[in-house]
Amino acid sequence: MKIAVIKYNAGNIRSVDHALGRLGVTAEITDDPGVIEAADKVIFPGVGEAGTTMKYLQERGLDQLIAGLKQPVLGICLGQQLMCRWSEEGDTPCIGIFDEPVVRFPDGQLKVPHMGWNSLERTTGDLFADSLNGSYVYFVHSYYVPVCRETAAVSNYMVPFSAALQKDNFYATQFHPEKSGDPGESILSRFLKL
Amino acid sequence: MLAKRIIPCLDIRDGQTVKGINFENVVDVGDPVELGARYAREGADELVYLDITATHEGRKLFADLVRRIARHLNIPFTVGGGIDRLADADLLLSAGADKVSVNSSAVKDPDLINRIAGGFGTQFLVVAIDAQWKNNRWTVFVNGGRIPTEKELFSWAKEAQERGAGEILFTSMNHDGTRNGFACEALRELSTQLSIPVIASGGAGKKSHFASVFQEGRADAALAASIFHYNEIPIPDLKQYLRKQHIIVR
Repeated sequence: MKIAVIKYNAGNIRSVDHALGRLGVTAEITDDPGVIEAADKVIFPGVGEAGTTMKYLQERGLDQLIAGLKQPVLGICLGQQLMCRWSEEGDTPCIGIFDEPVVRFPDGQLKVPHMGWNSLERTTGDLFADSLNGSYVYFVHSYYVPVCRETAAVSNYMVPFSAALQKDNFYATQFHPEKSGDPGESILSRFLKL
Repeated sequence: MLAKRIIPCLDIRDGQTVKGINFENVVDVGDPVELGARYAREGADELVYLDITATHEGRKLFADLVRRIARHLNIPFTVGGGIDRLADADLLLSAGADKVSVNSSAVKDPDLINRIAGGFGTQFLVVAIDAQWKNNRWTVFVNGGRIPTEKELFSWAKEAQERGAGEILFTSMNHDGTRNGFACEALRELSTQLSIPVIASGGAGKKSHFASVFQEGRADAALAASIFHYNEIPIPDLKQYLRKQHIIVR
């Protein structure tokens, strides 16, 4: 099985590679369109700022490439956000696989970024075993996707938000499965088995 | 609901775990990767690895260690110690660390916070502050708590936040090593004044201290070393205790 991890100007790509390694899978970290298109599974990770990252992807045509992929694709954190329609962060038009906006947590009530372990509720879809409902996973983010039709898991921080999304062959998590202990490994391994 | 975090801290010298008592007299307590993996299995929410090596050779060992840790751990970890330049942070983040922490170097060169946050994002940066309550003032110290500075805890923490710190790790030197509890009053003030998460450090001795630091101190996370290293408070017991106190933990 060939796994491509999309390489771009965002941090934390190495930790996805390490997590796959712990599951006994070797991935290719690449921005080569040919390699990405030929992979059995594609992971689109990332931590960073929406505007500069989208610009980087557009300059290389990676945004169009991702939108056109037919194999299972997993966006992580900023990856999930960039797979949506638009981000409030820098008023950035994004890839638009999920026709949803990405908005900032309100200031004042609780600390932003939402950082740490939060529980998953209303889990559904291919990535979540029933037993994962109530499990804690690791988040670091200031922007979120509201709960919508494609929501595959909900978490609560001031407001309920999409901890995960699923539509056709596209999957996304706002949390970091690669840093989320056993539940995270279970989610990654279910993705690899799709 | 967001859980309160329990963070074991491992001091590393020449690639091995040590723990200082009051910042001195270090004792070896084991292999850092094994110890970290044990904590992760037991339910630690994050780990902090602090390099207390002074030599160039030791530094290289630390970067190698960070690579090993990154391959083994499935929870986030922060590394700190001797990060004076953007390039140091880059090396450790590339080696697989999830966050870096800066302390003395940021006091001496506050713009370092802007540079690291600007280069990698605020979520990658923890600003650690060692401070001592003396003469009605929390004085910030550098060089492992050896040298007092002109800076004061609250104003420095706020400046660090404005410059791009993602979290503040506050160690009360009055409480560190005493095992008499955390500096809850100062932590509460810090947590009220800041909009970023506060990690409490210094003074953990029993389980009730953790309940106090979350409830009274309003800390987002609590860090401790020796009580975990010597297994005096097993993490599963601590979490069970906190749940009974209606504190949300993972």
